[in-house]
Amino acid sequence: MTAPLPLAERSGIIRDGVAVGIATGTYGISFGAVAVTAGLSVFQACALSLLVFTGASQFALVGVIAAGGAPISGVLTAILLGTRNTLYGLRLAPLLQFTGLRRAAAAQILIDESTAMAVNRGSTSAARVGFLSTGLAVFVLWNAATLAGALAGTAIGDPRAFGLDAAVGAAFLALLWPRLSDRRNQVVAVCAGAVALGLVPVTAAGVPVLAAGGVALLVGVLTGPQGER
Amino acid sequence: MWLAIIVAAVGCYALKLAGLSLPERVLHNPLVERVADFIPVALLAALVVVQVWSDGPSLTVDARTAGLAFAFVALLLRAPFLVVVIGAAVVAALIRLV
Repeated sequence: MTAPLPLAERSGIIRDGVAVGIATGTYGISFGAVAVTAGLSVFQACALSLLVFTGASQFALVGVIAAGGAPISGVLTAILLGTRNTLYGLRLAPLLQFTGLRRAAAAQILIDESTAMAVNRGSTSAARVGFLSTGLAVFVLWNAATLAGALAGTAIGDPRAFGLDAAVGAAFLALLWPRLSDRRNQVVAVCAGAVALGLVPVTAAGVPVLAAGGVALLVGVLTGPQGER
Repeated sequence: MWLAIIVAAVGCYALKLAGLSLPERVLHNPLVERVADFIPVALLAALVVVQVWSDGPSLTVDARTAGLAFAFVALLLRAPFLVVVIGAAVVAALIRLV
């Protein structure tokens, strides 16, 4: 345990966390709408947001299913995307120092946003406040927004008339965007995109995306031990 | 579909819990770290192109491409997520109208 956090610092961190929660939570609306137009029920869309609770994986799962892929391809893609949360956990664990039940509960809100708002804090108490306030704010708003979006989505007839299929591609690009500032990531993205496009005509839906995951492995092995090129 | 939801939920939760529970030195394998950083990049890039340029087993260019172009410009201009996504939908929907 570390010294208690000054009240002003504490409320500042919480305020930032809630702001991130509002910004992120609102795009749960697009997830809810996309999920039901992909053929899921409102209840299934809400279950994904409650139980899976990691945006990119959820979008990937419904995206593969909307494209006519087998659910297993969608699940594998979702789980592969979820591996980055393991990395976040490895970096945060020494900082947060959660154990037992608290660790088990904290795991569910271990996502991009809660990590970003905790990883640079100087103390365990500050990191915990950042992690919990952001994670809980996103959790509450993401789930409420999923329900709202799913209900709105069921009211829409043809999703194409509203451009919802284009919205999914834009959502993936927006999730990818922050990682594209890195040169090696740009190379990986271009190669992965090319592999996936090349496989679309010759494999079942969902397979091209999984195969692109192999590009990550290949580039990882080929780049040197220092990771520079 | 429910089975897919449950498996995805269990898998994603296990990955999160593993991160908080495993010793940090797992990260110190540089290959593990590199590949783990590349995986989301590769998958998201593939999801973009498949979502925008495929229609079943065939490759197509349609209104979705214009939506993606809007998203690209909006992201260059640092627009918020919701503007990027809704704007792309609106662009595609408008093109289908005309």
